Amino acid sequence: MAENQNILTAKDFKSDQEVRWCPGCGDHAIMNAIQRALPELEIPKEKFAFISGIGCSSRFPYYMNTYGFHSIHGRASAIASGVKVANPDLSVWQITGDGDALAIGGNHFIHVVRRNVDINIILFNNEIYGLTKGQYSPTSKFGAITKTSPYGTVEHPFHPGELVIGAQGKFFARSIDNNLKLSQKIFVESARHKGASVVEVLQNCVIYNDKTHAALTDREHKEDRTIILEHGEPMIFGKNKDKGLILDADNMRLKVVELGTDYTEKDILVHNAENENPGIHLMLANMRYPEYPVAFGVIRNVKARTYDQSIQEQIEMIQSDSSIKNVDDLLRSGTTWKI
Amino acid sequence: MSKKADAIEKEDVVIRFSGDSGDGMQLTGTLFSDTSAFIGNDLSTFPDYPAEIRAPQGTIGGVSGFQVHVGKTKVKTPGDYADILVAMNPAALKANAKWVKDGGTIILDEDSFDERGLKKAGFKTDDPIKEDKLDRFNIIKAPISSLTKEALKDMGLDPKSILRSKNMFALGMVFWIFDRPLNYTEDFFESKFKKKPLVIEANKKVLHAGYNYAETKEHMTPSYNVSPAEIDKGTYRNINGNIATAWGFIAAAEKANLKLFCGSYPITPATEILQELSARKDLGVKTFQAEDEIAGICTSIGASFAGDLAVTTTSGPGLALKSEAIGLAVMTELPLVIVDVQRGGPSTGLPTKPEQSDLMQALYGRNGESPVVAIAASSPSNCFHYAFVAAKIAVEHMTPVILLTDGFIANGSEPWKIPDMAEYPSIKPPIVKEVKEDWKPYAREVEKLARTWAIPGTKGLEHRVGGLEKDELKGSVSHDPLNHQKMVNIREEKVQRVNKFIPKLEVEGEDSGSLLVVGWGGTYGHLVTAVNQLQDDGKKISLAHFNYIKPLPENTAEVFSKFDKIVVCENNMGQFANYLRMTNPEFKYLQYNKVQGLPFTIVELVEHFQKLLEE
Repeated sequence: MAENQNILTAKDFKSDQEVRWCPGCGDHAIMNAIQRALPELEIPKEKFAFISGIGCSSRFPYYMNTYGFHSIHGRASAIASGVKVANPDLSVWQITGDGDALAIGGNHFIHVVRRNVDINIILFNNEIYGLTKGQYSPTSKFGAITKTSPYGTVEHPFHPGELVIGAQGKFFARSIDNNLKLSQKIFVESARHKGASVVEVLQNCVIYNDKTHAALTDREHKEDRTIILEHGEPMIFGKNKDKGLILDADNMRLKVVELGTDYTEKDILVHNAENENPGIHLMLANMRYPEYPVAFGVIRNVKARTYDQSIQEQIEMIQSDSSIKNVDDLLRSGTTWKI
Repeated sequence: MSKKADAIEKEDVVIRFSGDSGDGMQLTGTLFSDTSAFIGNDLSTFPDYPAEIRAPQGTIGGVSGFQVHVGKTKVKTPGDYADILVAMNPAALKANAKWVKDGGTIILDEDSFDERGLKKAGFKTDDPIKEDKLDRFNIIKAPISSLTKEALKDMGLDPKSILRSKNMFALGMVFWIFDRPLNYTEDFFESKFKKKPLVIEANKKVLHAGYNYAETKEHMTPSYNVSPAEIDKGTYRNINGNIATAWGFIAAAEKANLKLFCGSYPITPATEILQELSARKDLGVKTFQAEDEIAGICTSIGASFAGDLAVTTTSGPGLALKSEAIGLAVMTELPLVIVDVQRGGPSTGLPTKPEQSDLMQALYGRNGESPVVAIAASSPSNCFHYAFVAAKIAVEHMTPVILLTDGFIANGSEPWKIPDMAEYPSIKPPIVKEVKEDWKPYAREVEKLARTWAIPGTKGLEHRVGGLEKDELKGSVSHDPLNHQKMVNIREEKVQRVNKFIPKLEVEGEDSGSLLVVGWGGTYGHLVTAVNQLQDDGKKISLAHFNYIKPLPENTAEVFSKFDKIVVCENNMGQFANYLRMTNPEFKYLQYNKVQGLPFTIVELVEHFQKLLEE
């Protein structure tokens, strides 16, 4: 966008609708980060389409001054797939939550990832059903006490990254609502990735699941409990940059080590988000506090053919070879006879 | 081929080919139909196959049949009862003898009537003719398997391939009986097995062997002649309802200058529409085989939002799964066609058998006040027309449309005079191309009440749609009680106004009389044939057959008012009759219903109408 009047700002993406999320909800920050990321993409505003399902986060499209579709529970992946295949020129974003994407929409979610439709899926993970007022979700921690699990859940939670990689996902990143800068940077990268990109944003529900991610946001300790991965950089973290990750090959697992006498920077794993083999990516995505730091940043970013691109190419190829050019040709193709 | 001197001249003849589901009966029937069409007969076909791909060999459950009705006059149904039955094994005989006319001919492959075959078919003795009292038929026992082996013994084919071509022996016999040329079938072998000259030769050999066998057994084989029908001049092709449906959508997309998108999930008996559309990349069709029925319709809704002509195809169980999403299309007022190729229900029901029992589901099977346009095709070939019309209404009126067909017309085929696309009407989607000062997403055109279609990518028209109730102009979320009432009214009114754009209901026969037969959808062929028979006998009976269900044609009440009695005939328990009671309560509706997974027979209809006329 060379011309000045076409340069967009975050403000251009705000709609005239009153934002109705609870005060203090993590959704506000995530929306701010997206609104700041979009101008960086240098895509005309009319080419964005935001598609959502049902849930608190799914109200998102109403607040964006772009094309938007607030659909039905769980089905945003399917609707977004249709939008993208119909018009591959659009930048299609799916806004979803842990219930919408991983419970009622679990099937569509894994299939959109498997097909690698070029959609940016932003998964707001607050580990709770907010809009229905506090029931456990498929990502609630084992034993979580909620309105439908007064004695604690007896279900093992889904880990979105594990699911994405299991579904042959090519892009998975993680951020957290209160780190706007990091989120903004990841959103830009996810949008630029061609294919289904999933960004899990850990989000706080102030009303029904407050402080569920508190261990990772605590000012004093957050740098020791999280690691921000950068492609090509060693996996070092901690307030004093004194910890790192190595591969404990004997046990085929990652291990946290202190930098100093036993280990130096050259022993530390270097992050390769572009590695096609998802082994390390899966280990990184599955790191959980307190045993490990929780990984933020782009964990996996691998190039692959997209569904929308393949379908387009197939049509072009078949069309150039076919003698059927219109419906009149079609109706007269095959066996016909005259009377 | 010289005309046989002693051939019996027939107006029309029904032939039923039956055998194990691996015996190639569908192909045999199709080849006979094609040849009959080429020499100028009118015809109608119906395949009757089991839900299992390969049910245990030789059992009743595995019997696959193909019935074709050929005539020198207009043929509108595949016929009630067969003049000739080909039964390739005992199970086929056991299952199908009841569909043969008294005095009809049954051709058996006697080689398959061994102890094992008879037992598998459920015969208790070694004389199936006596056991099932089949001596009222003309039974021709032909050693089809062994003569096929004999014909191919020197060709170096494996035993399996040899036996696989025995259906061509049977076809050869039937060709002789009807004095049909073999060259069309030979041409088919040439193009189908282009790269397998041995297979071409083997099939030709067996076909001729069957033909010659029938000739040498002349004294016991009947010989028929069915002259060409008087048919409009033009170029013809055979078409079944599913292919016609697929092509109707492609035609609509071309006329509307839109891309066609079909998100769908395979389901019997609708799958063929998705298959055909998948093969039509040459015309730019995009298909999306989704992970389930819900994703099928949702991808289509997404494509519609993005500006494609979007359709989704299914059968009853799939329509149930799609119902929430249909409501979303109602709320967002996006064009969408949902095809329901009806089958026997409830639940999995009778997947391969036709029924008309999804009407209420189509009209009312959703939460909330959720009106959609519902139309029904009534013959294999007019699926093309009604698919086209469904798409035209969806796009021009910005509404979901449910197109109802059924397994009977979807799989049945008939010759079709190929239309010229120049003669088809234009389709004008209400797309907004540029920003107008006062444009609002939900503002409406006054005549149709259709909103405009602002397609993502268009500068300045960014807007949001969704499943929450809409403000009547802006389309933003509104929980205002009066706005909701208004929107409910508008959505219903928009659908009702479609009746200003559809043809009036036509009556077949006099427009007044003693009995009006009312039907809808795929029962047309049977109803009109039965009504015509009684009209020929001088009875005051007429037929009003509906293709437009919601809204009903404007003159419906006027048509009904001129008859003493009305009888509504359906392959369900009376769903259309009940709908008419709601919409036109001033009339009394008699019912004639059949829910057996089978079409009506003309015999039973005539009998019932006669009784009503006499009462």
